[in-house]
Amino acid sequence: MEPILKGRNLVKRYGKVTALDHCDFDLYPGEILAVIGDNGAGKSSLIKAVSGAVIPDEGEIYLDGKQIAFKSPIEARDAGIETVYQTLAMSPALSIADNMFMGRELRKPGFRGKWLRQLDRAAMEKFARDKLTELGLMTIQNINQAVETLSGGQRQGVAVARAAAFGSKVIILDEPTAALGVKESRKVLELIQDVRSRGVPIILISHNMPHVFEVADRIHVHRLGKRLCVIDPKKHSMSDAVGYMTGAKVPEPDPEMA
Amino acid sequence: MTSQSDDFESVVKVKREEAIAEFHDDHKGFVKKLQHALHVTPSLVPLIVLVLSIGVFGALLGEKFFSASSMTLVLQQVQLVGIVAAAQSLIILTAGIDLSVGAIMVMSSVVMGQFTFRYGIPVEVSVACGLIVGTALGAVNGWLVAKMKLPPFIVTLGTWQIILAANFLYSANETIRSQDIRDNAPLLQVFGTTFKIGADEAGQGGATLTVGVIFMLVLVAVLAYVLRQTAFGRHIYAVGDDPEAAKLSGVNVDRVLIAVYALTGLICAFAGWALIGRIGSVSPTSGQEANIQSITAVVIGGISLFGGRGSIMGALFGAMIVGVFTLGLRLAGADAQWTYLFIGALIIAAVAVDQWIRKVSA
Repeated sequence: MEPILKGRNLVKRYGKVTALDHCDFDLYPGEILAVIGDNGAGKSSLIKAVSGAVIPDEGEIYLDGKQIAFKSPIEARDAGIETVYQTLAMSPALSIADNMFMGRELRKPGFRGKWLRQLDRAAMEKFARDKLTELGLMTIQNINQAVETLSGGQRQGVAVARAAAFGSKVIILDEPTAALGVKESRKVLELIQDVRSRGVPIILISHNMPHVFEVADRIHVHRLGKRLCVIDPKKHSMSDAVGYMTGAKVPEPDPEMA
Repeated sequence: MTSQSDDFESVVKVKREEAIAEFHDDHKGFVKKLQHALHVTPSLVPLIVLVLSIGVFGALLGEKFFSASSMTLVLQQVQLVGIVAAAQSLIILTAGIDLSVGAIMVMSSVVMGQFTFRYGIPVEVSVACGLIVGTALGAVNGWLVAKMKLPPFIVTLGTWQIILAANFLYSANETIRSQDIRDNAPLLQVFGTTFKIGADEAGQGGATLTVGVIFMLVLVAVLAYVLRQTAFGRHIYAVGDDPEAAKLSGVNVDRVLIAVYALTGLICAFAGWALIGRIGSVSPTSGQEANIQSITAVVIGGISLFGGRGSIMGALFGAMIVGVFTLGLRLAGADAQWTYLFIGALIIAAVAVDQWIRKVSA
């Protein structure tokens, strides 16, 4: 099977520090790929390189077999790659619907939309409501509620729903459960599996090993700026994974996975 | 081997029925409800203050204050501050501040006047040049803020001085007399044209409106529409709220900032045109306190200085509150200093209310 998103020989240097050192990356259709690695291993740089937030110094990235070179996250987004950032990137004072459509608002048809640039609020609210309901996320009273009035889990839910609604090719989740309580994390993990079941592949960056082993199909272990190995969570234990990550253990080559 | 023995999350895995992310509307106490209402409609506070102050002055002064002519006099007196405050609101919504608004206003009016009288350019062209100069000066502010990443306070503190100095140097501190303008270029005074509604036969009493007042009201209505109903308006709020988040969610932050500062410059240039209508002449020394007055109106109007919160109607109400206090206290025969005292207290109260609203958890 061809990877939907593929990185080859990616290099990114910040001054004397090499964050990505000829790194390869593969994401296959319909899977959840977890990316794990110690702090400073270069996970973020890798993810930023494929999501357009960082421009790699060397190497190629292919989406659907076609080479791409994003210059900004907006370009990646237009190509169907949605990212849920750790900070969530939402405007707290604006409503759920406003936030979901930020930067891609719908305008009313005809004169009012074209010349008066009037937004089609009804359509945007309906879409937002449908998406949140579709993900079994919430029973919504008020889609016009400001995001700052939501709890951490609800905000995360809205951010995932936004990515799921617009991410046609790939969804990237950066530490989606880091700031959440146990119950809220659970809800978000369910959401992730829900999104996968609708056929969109997901890249999950997380430090939480139980979460990673629960949802991931494959685990990309990142170490010292490159892909150390890709492991199957069913064949390896969490302590193996931590061992590979920290260098305490050396992985045996597994030709099936990479 | 799949999961570990320490399956500490099994408890929560079973109980999936629990509503975790649900939007439920708890019944709340009156204070909470008020806080929520203010959070949703931030211009409610200045509106209440405005109505109350009109009521109090009306009760104290009777007919003298509570009449169509006095009420419209307030509008005439606040028209310039109202127009500039509308522009200032846009900037403050992006979490910026513009100290150069008054200077841009005066500079634009001087360009309109000098181009007509010094170079003999047709007045329509001079007015257009004035509007272009205002827009360009605003765009420079915006470029320095967005591209050079300089703090708006510092940028506009600098451009305020520069524009004002350029204004005096260029105009040679010369005033163009009202009489000359009336005879040769009446278009410059068009904002001062008055309409009387419901006046008696001698032309006394009744409501008196000027083109400037109507322009102010239409401008606020248009900007309110833009802010609420268009993507550009939503982006202004998003940029003021959290520029980083706005950028990541696909807003071109730099373009929004430059557009807002340029639009502010344009509105200030219109204010400069209205300034000629208001005072009759073109004077390089007039209207310099417009920056502080406009910030006062915006703050009293409940627009947060931290950006992203508030509505432009609030700025209009804020300007009118100042106008009502000024006229009311003058008609009551009080010392003008009482006005400043009250306005000062209102500013502090408005910011306190803003902080309180921000703590809302609906």
